[in-house]
Formats: sequence, structure tokens, C-alpha cells
Amino acid sequence: MFATSWFLAALAVALAWPVPVLLSRAAWPARAPFAALILWQAIALAGGLSMIGAMLCFGLEPLGENLLAGLEHLIGIALGLESMDTLGIWHAFALSAAALLLAHLVFTLLLTFYRIQTQRRRHRDLLHLLSSPSTDRPDTLVINHDVPVAYCLPGGSRSVTVLSDGLMNLLSPDELRAVLIHEEAHLAQRHHLLLWAFAAWRSALPWLPTSKLAQRSVSSLIEMLADDVALREVSRATLVTAIALVASGSAQLPATELVATGGAKIDTPETTSARLGRLLTPRPPLGRGLQALVLGASALLLAAPTALLIVPGVFS
Amino acid sequence: MATLGELERAVMDLLWERPEAITANELRDLLSQRPAADGRGTDVKSLAVTTVLTVLSRLEKKGLVERERNTRPHRYQAVTSRAEHTAELMLEVLGSAPDREAVLARFIGTVSDGEAETLRKLLGRS
Repeated sequence: MFATSWFLAALAVALAWPVPVLLSRAAWPARAPFAALILWQAIALAGGLSMIGAMLCFGLEPLGENLLAGLEHLIGIALGLESMDTLGIWHAFALSAAALLLAHLVFTLLLTFYRIQTQRRRHRDLLHLLSSPSTDRPDTLVINHDVPVAYCLPGGSRSVTVLSDGLMNLLSPDELRAVLIHEEAHLAQRHHLLLWAFAAWRSALPWLPTSKLAQRSVSSLIEMLADDVALREVSRATLVTAIALVASGSAQLPATELVATGGAKIDTPETTSARLGRLLTPRPPLGRGLQALVLGASALLLAAPTALLIVPGVFS
Repeated sequence: MATLGELERAVMDLLWERPEAITANELRDLLSQRPAADGRGTDVKSLAVTTVLTVLSRLEKKGLVERERNTRPHRYQAVTSRAEHTAELMLEVLGSAPDREAVLARFIGTVSDGEAETLRKLLGRS
């Protein structure tokens, strides 16, 4: 258990700082956005798991040879069936810290969900008073506003894409179609759930490099995925023009505030240039072998701390 | 019978059209005269004043409508104009006021010369 806790602590540190820094600087995610998205999720999950796991293993070390045995004794202590003499002050401290961190993560996740839902409901209420349904496209609302803007508002069966008059005047029919397909891809691929999880991850641990880098990369990657969907139906030039026109017609906010408003549209100028650069100078997608390697690494990243915590005596 | 959501919309449309406050009775009459817009036919012929009051109090709770309490019957009006509400909503999506040139310059600054040239060519029409 002692060695396990040190290994998990080392993994937690690696996933909190050097790994995300390297990944955020890498060029390949633009060539394999889906695999990169999976890897970021694995890093976040494995990071949280190893942080909690390291403290848990350290705290349970005197109680049993693995997590389950240790927890069993801990419950015994809590119920007053066993003596707590074996548990030193540092062990108790580590256990409390693990419990606190777990509670903090779960609570932040729920709080973020509640905040997004509230804001989204308010936004939807106002939107329905101010917009009118598009005449030629289902689940699309048009709002009277000069600034070109398109975004999607997720909400299960009530998901809608919102367009402004300004956008419809600015874009040609083909470009407009590119924007619509892009927004509908966000909804279809449930990108708002990813944004929710990573927004919560960031507000739970704002001082960790990983949470900030992960949120920024994830919001960039989902834009690329939606672009790829649009590219199946419109030409590269059309999509590039549409992105550039929309981006130049609207100033952008830092990602966090946009997540908070509940709109799924997150574009910073950095995201926009990354998207444009990728479309203007197309590079071939990452080879299948390499993509499989990334997915395998993601799976390993999740499996390693889980196995260490659960399987008896693997690392003791 | 129109749903509450449709009625809220119809009421706000009427309130946004006029600068002065009106009573629920007047509002009911206006709603009844209103031709069924956009073919979906919000049937408000048989609308009761209590229904209008319900809708108004919902809108008041949402901060869209305010009530003059010193008159009897109460008179209602929109808190701000339609345009201001739209601007507020778009601000949630877009953030600060748009500055087209600056944003374009900023991302052209981050791409290579060749890419910037391609982009300028594509945008040449606008």
C-alpha cells in the first residue's frame, strides 16, 4: 500500500503538470481531435483518481493490504467495532483530505451543472420571447440582432440552434449551411457535456495547470470536430470564409464565462486561429496506428490507478 | 387554446409595441383583436382576464414586466425595450462589444503569411 500511494502521488503530479503542458503544446491533436479529446478526458479522470487514491492508500496503509480490506477496517473503526490505535495522526489526516477532495469534486460538478441549467433556462425563456422560428430549417431560431452570431442551446429534445439576422445577411447560403452544420454537430455529439465536466474540473481546481489547459484544449478540439463534420458537406473555402466572417464580426469571451452562460459556443481568438490554420494548411489525419496508440494510452491511464487501488497486493 | 408560452410571447409583443402602461383588461381586448399571426393561430378569442393576469405575473417574476401599483386597476408595461433585451441576451453569448477589425487583425497576426493571403482572398468579396 505504501509503494502504491507513492506511485499514485507521482502519477497525480505528472498528470497535473508536465503531461498536460506537453499535450497542450503538441501539434498532433489538430490531426486527431477525437483521440486527443479522449486522452484529455483520461488525463482528467486518472488525475483525479490518483490524487484521491494516493491519499486514501497512504491513510489506509496500516489497516489492510489493499483498498477494499482497508476500507472494511475503516468502516469497522467508524462503527466503533475496532480500535483506532493503528491509525496515526497523519493517516487520519490523509483520509480526511481524500474525503474532502472527493466531496469537493462531486459538489463542484453538481454546482456547475445547476448553474449552467439555471442560466440556460433563463436564456431559453428570453430567447423564446425574442426570436422567431426559422422558416426553412427545423429547431432553428432567428433573433433580431445586427452582430453575426450563431450558437446552439442544448436541452435534450428542445435543443435549438440560434442565428442572428446579422449572420444571415453577412453569409452566403452555402456559408450559412456550413455554420448550421457546425452548430448542429455540437448538439449531436453532446459537446456541452464535455464542456460542463471540464468547466467543473477547472472551477474545482483552478490553480492546477491541468484544469486550465484541459478546458482550453477541449473547447478548441470540439470546434475542430464540428468543423470536420461540416467539411463533409461544404467545401474548405466556404467553411474558412464562414469562420473568418463570423469571428471577425463578433468579439469573444474567455471560455469559462461562455460555459457559464450555458451557450455551447466557445471561441476565443486563439481557438479561431487554430481552426483557421488547420483548414488553410490541411495536414493528413494522424495514422490509424498512432490514433490507436493514443486511445490505448488513454485506456491504460485509466486502468492503472484503478487496478492499483482495487487489486490486492499488486504493488505492496 | 394558446399555451402559456405563446401567450407570454403575444403579451410581450404588445407591450413592446407601446410606450405607455396598460391594464390587463385593455391587454385582453388587444389580444382578442389580434389576427392569428404566423398561421399557427393562437386562439385568444375566449381569453379570460384572469389568464392575462396569470401571464402578466409570470412575466413580472421573470423581470420582463413592471406593474404600476398606485393605480387601480394596475397598469403594466415592459421593463425595457425588445432591442435592449436582445442586446443583453447576445452579450451573454458574445461578451464585450464587437470590434471586427481588431479580432480579424489579431488572428491574421497568428497565422502564416501564406495563410493570411489565402484568407484575404477568400474574404475579398466583403
